[in-house]
Amino acid sequence: MAKISALSPVKPERHPVLFWTLNDTWLMAKRSIMHIIRSLDQVMSLILFPIMFMLLNRYVLGGAIDTGDVSYANYLFAGIFVQLLAFGANYTTINLAVDLKEGIVDRFRSLPMTSSALLVGHVIADLVRNAISAVIIIAIGFAVGFRPTAGVREWILVIGLALLFSLAISWISAILGLLVRSLEAAQWIGFVFIFPLTFVSSAFVPTDTMPSWLQAFAENQPLTHVIDTMRHLLVGTPLDNSGWLAVAWSVAIILVCAPLAAYMFKRRSVVDK
Amino acid sequence: MQSEYAISIKGLTKSFGKLNVLKGINLQVKRGNIVALLGPNGAGKTTTIRILSTLLQPDGGRAIVNDYDVINQSAKVRANIGLTGQFAAVDEYLTGAENLHMMGRLYRLSRADSRKRTNDLLEQFDLVEAGKRPTRTYSGGMKRRLDLAMSLIASPPIIFLDEPTTGLDPRSRLTMWEIIKQLAASGTTILLTTQYMEEADHLADYIVVIDHGKVIAEGTSDVLKAKIGSDHLEIIITKPGGYEKAKEILKGKSVQTDDDRRTISVATKGGVKKLKEVLQQLEDAKVEVESVSLSRPTLDDVFLNLTGRKTGAEEPANKKEKK
Repeated sequence: MAKISALSPVKPERHPVLFWTLNDTWLMAKRSIMHIIRSLDQVMSLILFPIMFMLLNRYVLGGAIDTGDVSYANYLFAGIFVQLLAFGANYTTINLAVDLKEGIVDRFRSLPMTSSALLVGHVIADLVRNAISAVIIIAIGFAVGFRPTAGVREWILVIGLALLFSLAISWISAILGLLVRSLEAAQWIGFVFIFPLTFVSSAFVPTDTMPSWLQAFAENQPLTHVIDTMRHLLVGTPLDNSGWLAVAWSVAIILVCAPLAAYMFKRRSVVDK
Repeated sequence: MQSEYAISIKGLTKSFGKLNVLKGINLQVKRGNIVALLGPNGAGKTTTIRILSTLLQPDGGRAIVNDYDVINQSAKVRANIGLTGQFAAVDEYLTGAENLHMMGRLYRLSRADSRKRTNDLLEQFDLVEAGKRPTRTYSGGMKRRLDLAMSLIASPPIIFLDEPTTGLDPRSRLTMWEIIKQLAASGTTILLTTQYMEEADHLADYIVVIDHGKVIAEGTSDVLKAKIGSDHLEIIITKPGGYEKAKEILKGKSVQTDDDRRTISVATKGGVKKLKEVLQQLEDAKVEVESVSLSRPTLDDVFLNLTGRKTGAEEPANKKEKK
């Protein structure tokens, strides 16, 4: 082993605060994205579930579901797509819980870095993971008969809404990741929210056959607005007010949850260690 | 003007709910020294380190690190310290080199400086080849070395090591000790925590013993040892006549006998020399010795001596090193 040298005098660089905030965020995002690239099983396990749902709904249940003028394959795709985004954006919960457990958060917090950069890094990684899995699910959608009517403008709006929605769920996930006390809890907690919400929505069946009380909920919850907007953009179903509501819900969630998560992260002191 | 002390703590208190973890810790660490915080699990060692590295806010008292207050000037403190926690906090998916470079940039080094320090440290810590692999392929010892290297990337004047060798095999432990000594020799101030008397003895210029959130003794290793006591020589003699005879030969104020176990225990500072001497005496008197053991003072002995009780219920009551 080479001798541990005397302190080589390295001086920190001087830059404005904003530079460092961006630098730290980029470093943390790069780290989280490397995790995706080096362990593709996360993408695989993420994509598996929606694929299964797409095939089961399309071929087993689809024939018995009346979606009016649109083919069931075209109706279904928006639901599967939004479900995929929600599950994908939930990885922040798990990855944050892993970081907290492994002590690397303590290491980061003892550095002169921007404290919320770690959170933003995970959220950005969710976006990247979702982009990868979105491409895969769209390809599989085409294979099972999904035929979108969307033009360039619609596709751009689809991507924009997908990003916005994904961000909103990621910030909720960040809060969940900071609240849970174990990795096991981190793994099921998002599922518990996302699974019922995607079912009690317009994801897989039109809401008008649900009992009226359930229908009232299903038609007014944010996932339905996002799904209806996606469906309108992709295959031209009617929109009503869903477009604005989808954007408003997503923006509102981000505005509330992002600062809250950053605050919770800063305040969090690990007691039970 | 830099003060003489790199770390200075006065009356530090911290509670978690009803649990008073720190009850007024006072501690000073001279620049360039290695100071060991010695104590059992739950004594408040980690809490002290966490406060000094700005991860926790104290309830009361003051803590000054490199002339900066940990509460009001926490950002300045963070730029002047390196922290190596109890568990190797390295990123499993990044390579050793990527981990180091990421840390360098987070410490605000320029790209060039960060690259240079990364290469230097990989070499110094014998990780050049391993540096190209993701760290999840590393052994425990390699992870710890990388972990320590990461806290040194910006050459901080002060580093905190929380139980740096817990869980390491004996060889990795020796390597770690060597590294820590070299670091101190190059001018870094080191505050480390340990549960092992032996480790504190080997590394530290000054030892602070804490228990239940209070400093119960402090001093150089020699001073503490003098306070704490000595090696124990234990002789078992099964033959009745021999046992009585041996008692007669060895009797003195540092000798305790246990008639049921037919054991004579001698407190001594003479170590192996004393062992030879005693055996010779018994040999001369033709006393047949069943077994003999020499045990060094352990943390248990230290605590027994300082507090009159054992370190903790969960620890084995008689954890002694047989020689």
